[in-house]
Amino acid sequence: MKKRGAQVLVEELKHLGVDAMFGIPGGMVIPFFDALYDSGLRLILTRHEQGAAHMADGFSRATGRVGVCVATSGPGATNLVTGIATANFDSVPIVAITGQVKSSAIGNDAFQEVDITGITRPISKHNYLVRDPKNLARTLHEAFHIASTGRPGPVLIDVPVDIFTAEIETDGPGKVEVNLPGYRPKRDGNVRQIRLAAEAINAAEKPIIYAGGGVIISGASDLLAELAHTANVPVTTTLLGLGCFPETDPLALKMLGMHGTVYANYAIQNSDLIIAVGARFDDRVTGKIDTFAPHAKIIHIDIDPASISKSIRVDVPVVGDAKHILEELLRHVKPVDRSPWLAQIAEWKKKHPLVYDRTCVDGIMPQYVIEQICAATKGEAVIVTEVGQHQMWTAQWYTHTKPRHFISSGGLGTMGFGFPAAIGAQIGRPEAIVFDISGDGSFQMNIQELATIAANKVPVKIAILNNGFLGMVRQWQQLFYKKRYSGTVLKGNPDFVKVAEAYGVKGMRVTRPEEVRSALDEAIAHPGPVLMDFIICPEENVFPMVPAGEAIDRMIGGMA
Amino acid sequence: MSETHGYSTHIISALVTNTPGVLARIAGLFSSRGYNIDSLAVGETENPDMSRMTIAVHGDEAVLEQIRKQLSKLIDVIKVQDFLGREYVQRDLMLVKVSAPAAKRNEIFELTKVFEGKIVDISATHVVVEITGPEIKIDAFIDLMKPYGIREVVRAGRIAMLRGVREAK
Repeated sequence: MKKRGAQVLVEELKHLGVDAMFGIPGGMVIPFFDALYDSGLRLILTRHEQGAAHMADGFSRATGRVGVCVATSGPGATNLVTGIATANFDSVPIVAITGQVKSSAIGNDAFQEVDITGITRPISKHNYLVRDPKNLARTLHEAFHIASTGRPGPVLIDVPVDIFTAEIETDGPGKVEVNLPGYRPKRDGNVRQIRLAAEAINAAEKPIIYAGGGVIISGASDLLAELAHTANVPVTTTLLGLGCFPETDPLALKMLGMHGTVYANYAIQNSDLIIAVGARFDDRVTGKIDTFAPHAKIIHIDIDPASISKSIRVDVPVVGDAKHILEELLRHVKPVDRSPWLAQIAEWKKKHPLVYDRTCVDGIMPQYVIEQICAATKGEAVIVTEVGQHQMWTAQWYTHTKPRHFISSGGLGTMGFGFPAAIGAQIGRPEAIVFDISGDGSFQMNIQELATIAANKVPVKIAILNNGFLGMVRQWQQLFYKKRYSGTVLKGNPDFVKVAEAYGVKGMRVTRPEEVRSALDEAIAHPGPVLMDFIICPEENVFPMVPAGEAIDRMIGGMA
Repeated sequence: MSETHGYSTHIISALVTNTPGVLARIAGLFSSRGYNIDSLAVGETENPDMSRMTIAVHGDEAVLEQIRKQLSKLIDVIKVQDFLGREYVQRDLMLVKVSAPAAKRNEIFELTKVFEGKIVDISATHVVVEITGPEIKIDAFIDLMKPYGIREVVRAGRIAMLRGVREAK
């Protein structure tokens, strides 16, 4: 049977389990949108392609499934770039489909032509330009396979318009074989290495687990908790690892690194063994690299061999999927009494808890808003953030207890990520309460997606922590640049409540601490989307903090 | 006796799928991660679906380890082999155009013979000599030709192969 390429693509997408995708049409994808029209596959029309890419990303992080976005050639494709790079940095499986000018015109500077495979090569896990219609179905299946296995990541498929319209012989969807001789991600860790790791753990006096986003991707949270409890090892997590180990657990040290807890950083610096699981020793975690954990032996469990010994020399590398490795590791790990170490950590916790000034009269304290969001949602909401101070306050002051409940742009640090990602998360998990915690700066980077939530009745709760600044940069300027607030004062901010209302979205302004909880309760009870504009203390800072280039136990501020 | 003497660089051999963009992908990897590439030679293998890339690089062991790992991560790369510590043969190829008036020709012919090179073109004023071998030999030949007047040098990327029956697959 013959079918048009666009039809084949839509049928294969449905066969792969896709029920919603995000995007905007344009000249070169009209045939694809035509095939979508009565396909039953839900299209979420966004207002900017960047929004589409972040929505696919948020959808994926919230559900563990592959997120899909679509854009036309040229500017449509280039608008996806930030979203693809964001997903790539944080190992998120998305598939981006872009239209391309017709095959015969490629390379001729045709209208809306851009070499998107060239542009996205260094920021995607893989990409394709489909040159032969008969490869279309196989390419899509390969893209899904590559995106979702190994260390996940974004895959882009660039489809010239004549491939969409070509007649293709097909036996129906799913009848293609993936042929990737160069792609064999390793699942099981080397057994000998795992034994070495277990021996090191059993012998350590002051071990610490340093868990990252890989634990969540792998679905290894329960096994990680089992390891911690069996061996009596405290756990600190990265930003992307938040929720992989419940912060209500006595062994939890919350986040480490630049804005981590003092006790997590002290524990790392004083440990004799670091068990890194699905984390990559990012510079925001290690601080000055040659001062990092000077006495520690390092076990590094990661699916990406290139992450191992990249920035930190590792003693026991174990390459593979965290879940399978932890399963095997647990067979060899023995219960060990580590009371002196745990007592030391308890003392640090008592001496250096996270603190903020609860007496500010200048507005609402942002940390208080985060605490109240956690209380009002019983810690069960899907929390999505943008990037900046509000992101760090959320990391610090929300009590993270569940995997896939905290979504944030970690590696790339993309402002404007949170709102569309929250929309994607809500589409993927319609039953969940989804919050976008934002700053007034970040929110304006994809504010146009208010139309998307209005049109699709996506009940995302937006909480803007409004301080009238690009706050994180302002904080650096205050601390390190003599308060010269260059380019960080957000003059011209709109009235966010009115903006929301103009889109038909419920808007609320909250200016006093005693109104915070009731406003949150009202927003959560409201069946549709809500925008809450919290006017916060304008010059509140994120503390504690490791100044750039310092050792991570040289923290400033926020000391009780 | 291995012919590794005279090479300061390090050989990595990569078997890759013969797809468009694979060269750009590898070149892009080297430039974006700041690896120093000395030479790169690409050619189809006995299997037309695959190409072999011979990459000469320099860097310390940590950098070389990252290069191997990052190359292996590319979907189009089927196998990466590092020739460090292995017995292998390697060849550079050079064409050099030298000014050669009749009076000087015999000298150039003799030197070419000593270097086991070939005269591949002669005109009234110039000859083109083909030299293959390790880098040090090619550099030596260039030095010897300088007094005669070198008009043009073209060098190909280095190729290398393990000795014995162990194929780089």
